[in-house]
Amino acid sequence: MRFLDPDEIEALLLSLKIASVAVAVAMPFAIATALLLSRSFRGKTILDGIVQLPLVLPPVAMGFLLLMIFGTRGGLGAFLKDHFGIVLVFRWTGAVLASAIFTFPFQVRSIRLALEARDKGLDEAARSLGAGWFDRLVHVTLPLALPGLVAGAITAFAGALGEFGAIITFVSNIPGETRTLPLAIYTALQTPGGEAQAARLSALSILLAFLFLLGAQAIMRRTSEKSER
Amino acid sequence: MSAEIAIRHARGNFTLDVAFTAASGGVTALFGPSGAGKTSIVHALAGLMRPAEGRIVLEGRIVLDTKAGIFVPPEKRRIGLVFQDARLFPHMSVEKNLLFGWRRSPVRAGADQIARTVALLGLEKLLARAPRHLSGGEKSRVALGRALLASPDILLLDEPLASLDAARRAEIMPWLERLRDIARTPIFYVSHSLDEVARLADRVVLLDEGRMTAQGSVFDLLAGLGAQKPLGAVLAARIVGTQDGLCVLGFDGGELLGAHAGEIGQQVRVRIGADDILIAREAPRAISANNILPVTIRAVRLAGPRAEVEMRCGGARLVARITAASVQRLQLAAGVAAFAVIKSVIVEG
Repeated sequence: MRFLDPDEIEALLLSLKIASVAVAVAMPFAIATALLLSRSFRGKTILDGIVQLPLVLPPVAMGFLLLMIFGTRGGLGAFLKDHFGIVLVFRWTGAVLASAIFTFPFQVRSIRLALEARDKGLDEAARSLGAGWFDRLVHVTLPLALPGLVAGAITAFAGALGEFGAIITFVSNIPGETRTLPLAIYTALQTPGGEAQAARLSALSILLAFLFLLGAQAIMRRTSEKSER
Repeated sequence: MSAEIAIRHARGNFTLDVAFTAASGGVTALFGPSGAGKTSIVHALAGLMRPAEGRIVLEGRIVLDTKAGIFVPPEKRRIGLVFQDARLFPHMSVEKNLLFGWRRSPVRAGADQIARTVALLGLEKLLARAPRHLSGGEKSRVALGRALLASPDILLLDEPLASLDAARRAEIMPWLERLRDIARTPIFYVSHSLDEVARLADRVVLLDEGRMTAQGSVFDLLAGLGAQKPLGAVLAARIVGTQDGLCVLGFDGGELLGAHAGEIGQQVRVRIGADDILIAREAPRAISANNILPVTIRAVRLAGPRAEVEMRCGGARLVARITAASVQRLQLAAGVAAFAVIKSVIVEG
């Protein structure tokens, strides 16, 4: 007896794909935002608020907003389709966008903590040795913030696996395209006799989330040990 | 070529206001108590601090001129900076740390320079190690090598020994002396330790509360300084021979006997404590002290029950700390001829 049938495997793989692409796409922006937030400037509180916004925003409302903006009938969606051939609605790429937005705060927070905890003296040392801004970022700042980057990515990845409301509103529930694990659970529950399938998929989701949480914690622990030395 | 520095900068109730010129070559010590502004000057030189007003010219390059709006950022100044806390990159091996500045230097030294620097500082066995597996003294040496390999125009050492204990300090000192003797780069050495300055520096800039109080040669300036154990003299000498297990040290003013077992012909630096110099009006005979030098008294400064007597012996300046009562009894005054009886000398290679 197989544990998962082909539809379920498809949903699992799709979830993993969407979550990993979402994390990868959001990471450079998260790094830039965290760098900005780790220094002081006018309007920092406002930017900080905007970055945290997805944590409190109703996902369904956000999904609807995305549909309005990226729908192909008008606005930015029509512009992207006409000029670049990019369509986001009802595509897995749209699910990536929604997941990236909702998990952005996790990445920013983790990277920012790592950046703020760094030894600024090393930055001065690198400057005195002739390293410019970008050089220092690539060779000193980011390598030293790497544990924060990884921990943030894992947390965001786990969060992206659970995204439901924004995905179903923005890109609908299309098998093989946008039907991720949470949507597959929902679909199974809507099907008569689908309880067993829903239970299997739920167990799988919980297991995945737990594994990633453990991973993130292990990395955070290693980081704090390192900084104590 | 030289370094010209004139800066004014106020922060809180501390005002840094210094102007001096340091000739190139050799070691210029910035010496003063904590809070004198030494580190602020280093930061201004390196570009890590931007003074409100000022002008800094290093080896003919203007790196700061607030009137003309010139501020060269630290990464373009070509200044080798060695921090008190080494600041090695923890995610890189010793070797990668050493090559960090070398790779980025516009006048990258040849590969043979790397081998020479590694040998000069004795780093051969450390290259593959991670910084966290190094001792404090080893970290300082790596930091020194890293700064040197960037081929800087000027080397700034900001209390490189301050975070080390006495044993580690004694371990790193000979490396610094070797560096001083072969480096063609001018070196600024920041310290609040009189011993380190007396041992390493050629010139001294004395700082106190953000101002320069004096500058000059280490041999002229240091005698008489120091609160607990004032220095009586710093002499440049050469080992000219041996006698009864001691070595004979020739200096500008005569000869001294010292305990150092060095090679004949070697240049050494001799330190004498101000409390280790006695003054006699007549040449004493039958006395245990080995060193009796004819001197001329230049000045007598009374301070309560104590007195500082400044003397000349040839080109050398000596300061003895004796009691005011002795000054009166011996009738010591400027111009009087006397003898300095020296109980012990510290000789360093």
